[in-house]
Amino acid sequence: MSLDQDTVKQIAHLARIKLSEDRIKPMQEDLNRILHFIDQLNEVETGSTEAIAGVNTPAMPMRDDRVTDGDKVQDILQNAPEVACNMFVVPKVVE
Amino acid sequence: MTNLAVKPSLKNDLIHLTLAEARRGLEKKNFSAVELTKAYLDSMEEHRHLNAYILETPEQALEGAKECDARLAKGEGRSLEGIPLAMKDLFCTKGIQTTAASHILEGFIPPYESTVSDNLTKAGTITLGKTNMDEFAMGSANITSYFGNVISPWKRADGKDLTPGGSSGGTAAAVAGGLAVAGTGTDTGGSIRQPAAFSGLVGLKPTYGRCSRWGTVAFASSLDQAGPITRDVRDSALMLKVMAGHDSKDATSAHVEVPDFAKALELGVKGLKVGIPKEYHLEGMPEDILNLWDQGKKWLTDAGAELVDISLPHTKYSLPTYYVLAPAEASSNLARYDGVRYGLRVPGRTLDELYENTRSEGFGEEVQRRILIGTYVLSAGYYDAYYLKAQKVRRLVTQDFELAYQKVDVILTPTTPSAAFALDEKPTDPVVMYLNDVLTVPANLAGLPAISVPAGFSKDNLPLGLQLIGPAFDENVLFRTARVLEDAAQFKSFLRGHVS
Repeated sequence: MSLDQDTVKQIAHLARIKLSEDRIKPMQEDLNRILHFIDQLNEVETGSTEAIAGVNTPAMPMRDDRVTDGDKVQDILQNAPEVACNMFVVPKVVE
Repeated sequence: MTNLAVKPSLKNDLIHLTLAEARRGLEKKNFSAVELTKAYLDSMEEHRHLNAYILETPEQALEGAKECDARLAKGEGRSLEGIPLAMKDLFCTKGIQTTAASHILEGFIPPYESTVSDNLTKAGTITLGKTNMDEFAMGSANITSYFGNVISPWKRADGKDLTPGGSSGGTAAAVAGGLAVAGTGTDTGGSIRQPAAFSGLVGLKPTYGRCSRWGTVAFASSLDQAGPITRDVRDSALMLKVMAGHDSKDATSAHVEVPDFAKALELGVKGLKVGIPKEYHLEGMPEDILNLWDQGKKWLTDAGAELVDISLPHTKYSLPTYYVLAPAEASSNLARYDGVRYGLRVPGRTLDELYENTRSEGFGEEVQRRILIGTYVLSAGYYDAYYLKAQKVRRLVTQDFELAYQKVDVILTPTTPSAAFALDEKPTDPVVMYLNDVLTVPANLAGLPAISVPAGFSKDNLPLGLQLIGPAFDENVLFRTARVLEDAAQFKSFLRGHVS
């Protein structure tokens, strides 16, 4: 599989990473090298093999549904770039 | 201690001690925790050109050392009381900047403490500072940090600056160069074992689930595991004992007992079956690596172990599997860095533009590459062909090990396919750089514990490591086997007797 430049732009948009025009070609080359390397996986017969998402985690533990933490507004906001009225500030979203 | 002429040599001696020796010296009151800490702080200042630390925390360290001395004076020293450590800057430390070596987290002050660093502090350790690393732990040479490259304290005859390995390269350079007694690392594909091997140290990646991941900046959550980088095998056992343990804040943290690992150290390897996987004999593997592997086999058989030839047939596919799964998980984990709640914000006219500008400027080149690969393999139309396929191959890699452990107790391999390289020799092709981890990645995919032990030198007189891989939750077999290798190798480290 190899990526054309439009696909690279599309992925970058999905990932919300701005790629300036001069970076698209080198990024395309790097990504294609990596994909070419990954393509080796096609050699492996995986017909009836079940996928695994992780190891050593037989069952996710359940915990009681109760509040154990909270009232940490200042902790949560202390690293924010812009705050007003105990809320994060972003550029206007709704016209 | 009033004799000035004695002081420098005492200080010099202090930074050579192992953790166990330092702990004994503190207990016997041969020196105080403040003296020990000061010796390290001086050494850090002297070796700042190595760029091992992103942030030094001398005030907090000395404050902590005073408290340790008070406890020691009362005979109430805890297991690691007064031990000055290097903390990888991936562990969130309450009130102390944590960056993951990324511009996007520069200035981030966590309001909470990671479980691993908390466990260590509660056992009496002193944090000297936050160590440099590859950005978000993505790299094998410590050259992707926003805060600059780390330089190994080791030198080759040509005098060039060498990589300490990565991603835990700052911790490795600190422990090897006398800038910390021991330190913490994290290992997603080899990021503890490879820098340990390059730096002449012991590096342990515990079983997945052994140490809590809570409060550790996430890279690839199904692979990440914290572990110690130390000067010898005993120190590794002492550190793991404290770092490990079940944590209800991490759902993948294992509900298993944490044994007293140090008790396994002197069990020996008599009767132990040691697997030698033929697939780890890579095409074009340098002779010095192969010779070291042969030497390791001989040391173990001399000590009474039995070698068993085994096959791990999917070894070749481990690295391509890793480069689907790790970027996929990373692209998801790193979606949280959006310039809204913490870290860097680069303005934009719209919210989307703010996201795109922030992430473009905040993430380095390698991190962006991996996010893009991860986004691609998870995107509609390619999910099955890449992500699901890799998850299936991951099962096959895991099954290879399960079958092998029906026949053997532990597996012996080299840690890396080469010795440390010079920083100006770094490959320009990202895939060539990825090959550094070809021997370490399989243990991450299978969630198995693995340790690198310094065992010899390359043709250029640089450290080389041997790797032991054990069954899940059997770190004990690693410690007892590693002790035998260590004893036989008599490795002379940078600080402890190596003359180059």
